[in-house]
Amino acid sequence: MLQKLRENKSLQGTLLILPTLLWMISLLIVPLILSVITSFGRRDADGNVIYTFTLDNYLRLAGFTPAGFDDLYLQILWRSLTLAFQTTVLVILMAYPLAYFVARAPVKWRNTFLFLILVPLWTNFVIRIYAWIMILRTQGVLNGLLGWGAGLFGQPFKPFDFYPSSGAVLVGMVYEFLPFMILPIYTSLEKIDGSLYEAAADLGANAIKTLLRVTLPLSMPGIVAGTILVFIPVMGTFVVSDILGGRQVILVGNLIQRQFLDARDPAFGSASSIILMVLTLIVTIFYTRKFGFGEEIASA
Amino acid sequence: MSNRRSPLVIVSALLVYFFLYAPIVVLVVFAFNSSRTNIVFEGVVNQGPCGPFYWFCKLFDNNEVLNAAKNTLTIAFTSTVVSCIIGTMAALALQRYTFPVKTASEAALYIPIVIPEIVMGIGILVLFSALFTWINVTFGLTGDARFSLGLATVIVSHIAFSIPFVTLVVRARLHGFDKAVEEAAMDLGANEFVTFWRITLPIIFPGVLSGALLAFTLSLDDFIITFFTNGPGSTTLPIYVYGLLRRIITPEVNALSTVWILTVLIAVFISQRLESREV
Repeated sequence: MLQKLRENKSLQGTLLILPTLLWMISLLIVPLILSVITSFGRRDADGNVIYTFTLDNYLRLAGFTPAGFDDLYLQILWRSLTLAFQTTVLVILMAYPLAYFVARAPVKWRNTFLFLILVPLWTNFVIRIYAWIMILRTQGVLNGLLGWGAGLFGQPFKPFDFYPSSGAVLVGMVYEFLPFMILPIYTSLEKIDGSLYEAAADLGANAIKTLLRVTLPLSMPGIVAGTILVFIPVMGTFVVSDILGGRQVILVGNLIQRQFLDARDPAFGSASSIILMVLTLIVTIFYTRKFGFGEEIASA
Repeated sequence: MSNRRSPLVIVSALLVYFFLYAPIVVLVVFAFNSSRTNIVFEGVVNQGPCGPFYWFCKLFDNNEVLNAAKNTLTIAFTSTVVSCIIGTMAALALQRYTFPVKTASEAALYIPIVIPEIVMGIGILVLFSALFTWINVTFGLTGDARFSLGLATVIVSHIAFSIPFVTLVVRARLHGFDKAVEEAAMDLGANEFVTFWRITLPIIFPGVLSGALLAFTLSLDDFIITFFTNGPGSTTLPIYVYGLLRRIITPEVNALSTVWILTVLIAVFISQRLESREV
């Protein structure tokens, strides 16, 4: 039998992939199918799911309730989309100069600079948000610094209420996901042959022209990969908005989480989750069709 | 190479580094705060036998924190080991062999990367609650014998989201692999197992190690999947801190973060040393 296994390459491959397939099917495919089934059900008085086939949950998300049209959930979806878009744009603007700086640094320093980008990631997602509360709250570090600065000029100072607010949520999102943009952009910038810059300079291109015509196009794969790594988690998270928004900024993630905990309506929660997945898939497919799928995801 | 716009690039890079580190510095400084409510820095604490390290000593007396730390490490360690073995096997299969479900497997491995974590989290929650209810009712289990969410459910879920990342990293390493070395070993009389153990594994080991580091980091940092799959007694540090955020947070949490950062830095430093020795 061992002899047979030795000769059968296809069987060897199947055996090697088998545990992965088992895991992916039971903890990814089956849960997704169950979510779809649950989303067509409804809840009973105790919060248990009754499995039927009703479109009520989806209609409710689209705003059609028995009491008339209500765009509450559409607003939540729109808010999540715009916040994810704003976060991604800000993150690209901040990540690009840093990635460029590291990619053009002397080789012996590059790993140290990269390491410095990763260290904040190794603290902890929740603790990092807590740190932002300490900075942004009314009696926090930022207001302390501003008050001190105002005092130097003899100006009166009234502390700002930075936290909780939707601005604080945006800052928190940018902070949490910035490293995921820096790394892929760095990877694609680092691959650019230095002689291309010299050629551009020899041909009379100035700094801005070189950036627009050489650097930017060649680093597009990195930006695409980074966008996928940032946009998707921002769409799905509920922790940042929950903590820094003081429960006022409700995103799809918060909506889903509350259906499973406070509201006890898993059917509606599952429908929201399916809509979230479809929405992110549509945006991702549209985006990657336009710009190509980033290979840099693998190297990030 | 000379770079005329470097001042602008350097200044913006420094600003971004400042943005990345400001919260970390605040976290560490406030671990030495004498104010219990930890809203305003009122001076360096100097209390008890530990002096300025008062909150660190309090931390090591706090059983809830220690238990959460133990759970976090158990989960991260177990899921890293299992996902590394399974993920490396998958990488070998996808890079070396052709088999019937290859395309489907590759597609499945991309799913955790392209769908939001919460979708996977609540899917797993729905699965486990349906499965456990069915088992408990069918076998008439009551009391402590009932199946419920706990360490095991967190671990299997962490393995699920770690496998794709390990596979990606190991595949990248296998990509530049010269098969002639393996063939030479076989020609010299080594069988498949000896060849794998003595030739293939040592060559791809740096890849497996980076995959392990990635899986470990993902597991330590994970909040969403853990949030939906943990049960009583399997609280991890992120879940514990999240619970605290609704109450008063004493500088103990800052002390905890400081210890955490130091531990991770030391671990990474050691693993980088090991890796550079490997190559």
